[in-house]
Amino acid sequence: MKGASLWRDAWRRLLKNRLAFFGLVMLALMAVAVILGPMIVYAATGFTADGIPENGDLIKSFPPSLRHPMGTDEAGRDMLARVLQGGRISLMVGVISTLVSLVVGVSYGAIAGYLGGKIDNVMMRIVDMIYAIPYILIVIVLLSVFGGQNTPAWITYLSSKIGGAGNQGLSQIFLLFFALGLVSWLTMARVVRGQVLSLKNQEFVMAAKATGVSTFGIVFRHLVPNTLGPVIVYATLTVPSVMLTEAFLSYLGLGVQAPFASWGSLAADGVKNIAIFPWQLLFPGLTMALALFSLNFLGDGLRDALDPQTRKF
Amino acid sequence: MLSFILRRLLIIIPMALLVITLTWALIRLAPGTFYSSEKKLPPAIEENIKRKYGLDQPIGWQYLYMLGNITCRTKGADEKTTNGLQFNVGAYTFKCLDFGDSLKYQGQSVNEIIRRHLPYSATIGILAYLLALVIGLTAGIIAALKQNSMWDYGSMALAMLGLSVPNFVFGPILVLFFALGLYLFPPARWGGVGAIVLPVITLSAIYAAYIARLTRAGMLEVMRSDYIRTARAKGLDEKTVLLRHAIRGGLIPVISFTGPALAALLAGTVVVERVFAIPGLGNIFIQSVLNRDEPLTLGIVAFLSILIMVFNLIVDISYGFLDPRIRYE
Repeated sequence: MKGASLWRDAWRRLLKNRLAFFGLVMLALMAVAVILGPMIVYAATGFTADGIPENGDLIKSFPPSLRHPMGTDEAGRDMLARVLQGGRISLMVGVISTLVSLVVGVSYGAIAGYLGGKIDNVMMRIVDMIYAIPYILIVIVLLSVFGGQNTPAWITYLSSKIGGAGNQGLSQIFLLFFALGLVSWLTMARVVRGQVLSLKNQEFVMAAKATGVSTFGIVFRHLVPNTLGPVIVYATLTVPSVMLTEAFLSYLGLGVQAPFASWGSLAADGVKNIAIFPWQLLFPGLTMALALFSLNFLGDGLRDALDPQTRKF
Repeated sequence: MLSFILRRLLIIIPMALLVITLTWALIRLAPGTFYSSEKKLPPAIEENIKRKYGLDQPIGWQYLYMLGNITCRTKGADEKTTNGLQFNVGAYTFKCLDFGDSLKYQGQSVNEIIRRHLPYSATIGILAYLLALVIGLTAGIIAALKQNSMWDYGSMALAMLGLSVPNFVFGPILVLFFALGLYLFPPARWGGVGAIVLPVITLSAIYAAYIARLTRAGMLEVMRSDYIRTARAKGLDEKTVLLRHAIRGGLIPVISFTGPALAALLAGTVVVERVFAIPGLGNIFIQSVLNRDEPLTLGIVAFLSILIMVFNLIVDISYGFLDPRIRYE
């Protein structure tokens, strides 16, 4: 007989929700497509996403056809390969930036909530301050102060592990991931603080204190695991928001730079030619919309599944 | 209630100054200057520029000078600027709210630039939010009233779509269909009533979606509460119960959403202004940040943060009218 833990109940509820299930399946398919896609396309047709082909001039801005299911862009690159490659960066933005904002937000909120009193007050005022500053400014400052030559060593190390050594562009993209995560942790911190405030007077915390667990231990090994419900929900809400922010930044020219592409930068490039070559905007735009659609449904489903008090919304 | 309002109003000024200080610090932290974007200038010229704009003074002095200009200070006899609010008290001339001249747009004061470009952004922003309220509230109320019907699923699916399509994709698609395809509206630029239709629709989409979902969720949540049961027990017909009592449950989350929505709306206008070539404040703001145009950035940030704080105050006050259980001492 299968056990019936709270998590298993939640999972079962999630699967019963058809829209959320659809979102989950769609996302899984997209993840597989963007991980394996570029390699399959390259193996089958030899099209890559960033290299400009030699006959680029001859095939630039072609409409969708059998050879190029999504058409070609202005330089003659196959759009399907670009969209799949762009998906890698866009989905990575979602995952990595959300992870960063999770780590920062949860720690900050949990510490503020548990310590309470004046420290909590000061920490939350700081959050309010940062909230008031336009995030574009913060992102630009982070990107310019830590960009180029000043990229921290660990970011360069990470990007070289994933993309090969000496890959300057990729390390800038990783910097962008972290910068985006650093501007999105605020709501998460507030949510976690609220949860911790209501949890910290419960008996299990008293018991932990009585057995001599350190403050650090109480916060991170007892309180934080009990906040996972709302944290998961907010994380799934952060992913689409971060992806939209990255798309917005790419539209402004601050996000992903050539030769790398993300759905946002592809759409931004495609906007120029919408009247004459609409597929250059439509395919990346609709793919991104589909991904966000699925993420939002999944987020909704997770919220319903993890919070049994809310009726089916 | 009155003392609450007064306290909140008074605190706006130091908060705004704090935000200005943080923004100023961020601008100073960012590498890059407003005077040389690509090539490096010869040192003698750079010296001259620095001296003209007071950049060779100690940083603390520069900060205090900026702060003094923005708030109030006495105006020396040799200063010929006409920016800001100037008035005479006794033998001294006071000058307040002088954000300086823009560094990139020579000869134009920041106050003048804001005043010139604000009407465009404000019109589009306000109309977009009103449209979002109308569409969102209607859709949300209908969805809540006819829960789990086709109306419900249909409008929530549409709302989800509104949340998932980025506005710089949605805008051009609208332009493609309605302007370039059906010739119903002009594709870009400002001028005449027809020209604001597409920008307003583009901007309002995501907010209509949020508002629809919030209204529906809020109404569904209150429909189980005691005061609704009382209303029904009193014998009121279902329609009155829902439209007079339950709707408040739907309105409160929408109103609390207005605060952050306004902040986001200002960012949203950037895209709309770019797509439709409208000379609004959002675009000016982004450009000023990219150009390291410090006076203009500070001016816009100050203006926007005060606006947001005032709006948050109005939102908080209106809570008291909607939910009698909320009282401020």
